[in-house]
Amino acid sequence: MKTNNPGRLVLITLVVGWFAVLILLPVYGIVQETVKSGLSLVVSSLSTPHARHAFLLTFWITLAAVIINTVFGIIIALVLVKQEFRGKLLIEGLLDLPFAVSPIVAGFMFIILFGPNGLIGSWFEGQGIKIIYALPGMIIATLFVTLPFVAREVMPVLREAGLEQEEAAYVLGASPWQAFWRVTLPSVKWGLIYGVTLTVARSIGEFGAVIVVSGNIINRTQTATLHIHQGFTDFNYAAAYSAALLLAILSFTLLITMQTLNRRTNES
Amino acid sequence: MTENILPRPKMRSGDALLRSASFGYIGLLIILPIIVMIVRSLQGGLSALWADITLPQALFSLRLTIVTAFIMVLINIVTGTATAWVLVRYSFPGKQVMDALIDLPFAMPTIVAGIMLVALYGPRSVIGSFLKGYNIEVMFNTPGIILALLFVTFPFVVRAVQPVLIELDQDMEEAAKTLGASSATIFFRIVLPSLMPSILTGAALSFSRALGEFGSIIMVAGNIPFRTQVASVYIYGEIESYNPQGALGLSVVLLFISFAILLLLNFIQYWNRRHENQ
Repeated sequence: MKTNNPGRLVLITLVVGWFAVLILLPVYGIVQETVKSGLSLVVSSLSTPHARHAFLLTFWITLAAVIINTVFGIIIALVLVKQEFRGKLLIEGLLDLPFAVSPIVAGFMFIILFGPNGLIGSWFEGQGIKIIYALPGMIIATLFVTLPFVAREVMPVLREAGLEQEEAAYVLGASPWQAFWRVTLPSVKWGLIYGVTLTVARSIGEFGAVIVVSGNIINRTQTATLHIHQGFTDFNYAAAYSAALLLAILSFTLLITMQTLNRRTNES
Repeated sequence: MTENILPRPKMRSGDALLRSASFGYIGLLIILPIIVMIVRSLQGGLSALWADITLPQALFSLRLTIVTAFIMVLINIVTGTATAWVLVRYSFPGKQVMDALIDLPFAMPTIVAGIMLVALYGPRSVIGSFLKGYNIEVMFNTPGIILALLFVTFPFVVRAVQPVLIELDQDMEEAAKTLGASSATIFFRIVLPSLMPSILTGAALSFSRALGEFGSIIMVAGNIPFRTQVASVYIYGEIESYNPQGALGLSVVLLFISFAILLLLNFIQYWNRRHENQ
């Protein structure tokens, strides 16, 4: 199978060539475009108040999404793996919906539900709390698009770990709380970190769902991705390209982290 | 077994608490928004909803979305399977780096992907102006949409096929080869049938992703009605121009296609599992 295959070299060349043109060349494109602007322009475009505000907002939204979805992701994984109940398959199916729904449609759903005239939004409006076109709405939209990651990564690890160690902890007199912190959580550690990394990557990069619910207000509800879009529509290419390159470097770092984690999980 | 013997009274109330927490969270973030949207879309009656969906501009954007997604899927099936094959069966310098970089489109924000493609193929770029000389416009045109979709969905088929190909027993292939079958015959009669479920899974995932894609498309194709406006961009435009009613029609259509694809994926998985058990 290995040798005497004349098509082999051709196939390798075609596949590597396609990959290089489709994926690697665009990366080169953005690096070159940013370099063309010059380093000082890149630095000054990244340090404008708008840019700094946008990146800071992305940071806070990502932090909120990671904390909330890690807690609920672990709870959902525990429930779906360790408990038996009717409609479990349906819940599992619904859990994947955020991956299938268009981010624009997702944002729109939250406008309908949490908007000033919405079922839940109108109540908050009465209390003087704005959800849509404000930070809470942007966090909710990010929570939706990243909801499955932690749960989906923890579930298979939890399934594989089994119940034995936990049962042993109970026999030795551990409380459920102790068993969770000392036995369950360490056993799902790598799956959890992988899920969190995916959540971070998606939160930083989310655009569609956030632009719909945010109203895109400069210096108020504009995240890093919205800032890039703004720069592009204002023909402020230096701002758009340098912010995009910064996000690309961040994503690349996260990708390398994910690959390292993957290898570690496969080894252990 | 041990579960029944061991007393775990404390866990009972804890179990119920955890279950209510997960139901509540999924209910609030996933189920309730979907129900509210569907109810809202039906408030004006089915005929009004149908009228919104069949507006020429809406219908054009829906058709453009489906056609470009379909072309992308056809290309991805071939290139994705070939990529998985090369990564699993052959060794060549740089293979590990390439394997690690396959997921790059998943890690990259879609708007950054769009900006990259504009930087490379846009009117200001070397390639863009070269192509323009031959009257080929990639950006703000259908090829740009397909290119953006190919970028953002590239890993789906590769990552679906790769693990199946690694597990695939090569005895049958060896046997066929001994009996004098050509490599093409071996691939199409023996390898491809076993890869089919995973290729379909990857295809369905990339199709579903393409139907909803927004960030990269708005960068490379813009928002030109009857030309480059895809469904998600149309919905966005309607929301931005304070016409939520007009956005409902296509949103519900996209939502139902997402449901259908999820069902199809579950069916493929179920069918595959039954097939394996036989």
